[in-house]
Amino acid sequence: MTDVGSTPLDVRDEQLDAFCDRLRTNPEPIEFDGLRATASDDGETFAVETPETRTGDLSEAELRGVASEGDVAPYVTNWYYWQEVVGHRGRHRRAFLRHAEAAHEHAVPERYDALESGMETEWGEIVVTATLASAGRRRYEIRHADDTGVEIGELDAHGDPLDAREIATYDHRGRYRPLKTAPSLVSGWVFPDLDGRDAVETLDVFYPASVANWNLEREGDLDVTHWRETAERQTGIYDVIEDLDPDAVEWVAEACCVDSQCLKRREWEYDGGHGLEADGGAGAFPCREPCSLVVAAARKWTKLEEEETHTYEFDLTPSEKEQVEAIVDAVADGRTEDIREADVYEGANRYRARFLRAKRFDEDGNLSGTPTKPDEDGMDGHHGDHGDDH
Amino acid sequence: MQALVIVAHGSHLNPDSSAPTHAHADTIRATGAFDEVKTGFWKEEPSLREVLRTVESDEVYVVPLFISEGYFTEQVIPRELRLSGWDVSAWGSDGLSADTATFTAEDTGQTIHYCGPVGTHEAMTDVIVRRAETVTGDPDVGEGFGLAVVGHGTERNENSAKAIEYHADRIRETGRFEEVQALYMDEEPEVDDVTDYFESEDVVVVPLFVADGFHTQEDIPEDMGLTDDYRTGYDIPAEVDGHRIWYAGAVGTEGLMADVVLERAADAGADIDSAIAAVREQTRETDVDGETPAAGD
Repeated sequence: MTDVGSTPLDVRDEQLDAFCDRLRTNPEPIEFDGLRATASDDGETFAVETPETRTGDLSEAELRGVASEGDVAPYVTNWYYWQEVVGHRGRHRRAFLRHAEAAHEHAVPERYDALESGMETEWGEIVVTATLASAGRRRYEIRHADDTGVEIGELDAHGDPLDAREIATYDHRGRYRPLKTAPSLVSGWVFPDLDGRDAVETLDVFYPASVANWNLEREGDLDVTHWRETAERQTGIYDVIEDLDPDAVEWVAEACCVDSQCLKRREWEYDGGHGLEADGGAGAFPCREPCSLVVAAARKWTKLEEEETHTYEFDLTPSEKEQVEAIVDAVADGRTEDIREADVYEGANRYRARFLRAKRFDEDGNLSGTPTKPDEDGMDGHHGDHGDDH
Repeated sequence: MQALVIVAHGSHLNPDSSAPTHAHADTIRATGAFDEVKTGFWKEEPSLREVLRTVESDEVYVVPLFISEGYFTEQVIPRELRLSGWDVSAWGSDGLSADTATFTAEDTGQTIHYCGPVGTHEAMTDVIVRRAETVTGDPDVGEGFGLAVVGHGTERNENSAKAIEYHADRIRETGRFEEVQALYMDEEPEVDDVTDYFESEDVVVVPLFVADGFHTQEDIPEDMGLTDDYRTGYDIPAEVDGHRIWYAGAVGTEGLMADVVLERAADAGADIDSAIAAVREQTRETDVDGETPAAGD
């Protein structure tokens, strides 16, 4: 939407109409972000006050004039944007948009100055930039933080919040992203000109429910559900996870919920009385409950943790032992793709791993020829279930 | 303000699982019948636990994109949505007749009209027929054709078979197809033996599944003998034992499914009649000349 010939500091007639109507039809004064305006009991005269200006006994024509002038106009368009355009329905949306221009910290003139050049909010891997458009309207640009400073023309531009769904579905290698808050959002796109509703809608597609949970937390009303309660609620194939040992829940959080794996800030603990040591992260928005990925993975770990330890004997050189550790580290940190083909100094290098396999595995895939279950013939221990049907 | 929330299973492994849910939500959103249209998932995000807080409306129609009444519609969804005082008796269903019941969501305070699953609605019968039209490219398909409606079977849920039989019976009663047969993956009569159950040379096979996945893309095509290896694909129609099998894939991917979602919400009191008419027309892939982009390839 463009308004030809209109600048951010202009006031449109419809805004003045709304301002006058509001004063005439509602006996309560307008008191908003430093603006105070009142009508006399007979609705014939008006008064307007800002931290910088004080006027009174104005006719409607004079009121419209004052409201259009340099000092007062930003307060009037600011009132119009927040009370008439954004409104109060959708409290999480409103709260986020107020946050995006630090409305609780800065008075209107400073805010308008800052919005002219753009105010940035980081949200996961995303940056939201609020700017001022014509007559105090706000516009919001959303892009990947990695694309900060990139010319818009070099990015794929989108206007429909639902386009975010496709952007968020696959990582840069084309793999499905089942966890929207995994730090694997692709870059190279921009939503250059969104209104407030679409901006929040776009964020809600990229990071579902993040705005609502952020605001609930801000208001002191976030309903955190700890591990124990989530586990006990499960039925069907997931009811087993309540048997998972507290130590193992600690490892689950360390494996799945740190910032390198998920950008939500973990607020749930083992239960109300027992915290988890694992780093919950520093993300902008909270994680209020173990997610379905954690629950599904925990089911697998619950089954695996039922096994007793067993003493095996393996023959490895010291370097081979370290290499096994290097391979586990590389997989756990998602670095296998980064290890160069000829970098044989890396234990997790493909040739190094193939050499180890050639040397140490027998034809059944057993390390050092040691069977996984020595008492059971033919068991190779490599079976598993792969579905996520239920 | 009235909102629609479509709830579905979703998948951690396969993005195709939620694709029909999103597509139907988009269709309905475009009608403007609801102030908001959202989706929530058991295995994707927003989760069933958190989808309601993404909705600004106070009045929410929740429609499960599931085929039958059972574990998910009766236990998982009401529990995760935190429907205060939920009990399956509120639906008063015989396993096929759940329509709607109204509750308050404990965490958000919204009024939730919790609807029965799409799969048991009578309008679902039309979607199965529409799917047959789409896969054959013939808006009048029926004469000379048999139709098989395929379900999972009773192994996990006895209501699953009830839904299959319900729609098979309804289609049979119309007399449109030469023969109509309900077939199952894990019980008799089995889909493996599809050609044993039909005399018609041409048989349309429509699996009553919400989304394409392992069962509809791998199991059923291989079980019917359309292909030895699902990865190499199969022809539509494919020749099997002297029959031409027109395999339709999951019925849930048919555009007209959006209509069933709307019907569920309308039955629960949503004011959306004009949207229903629009969706019925817009989602038709075959036109009167029988031209279609979907047949065969």
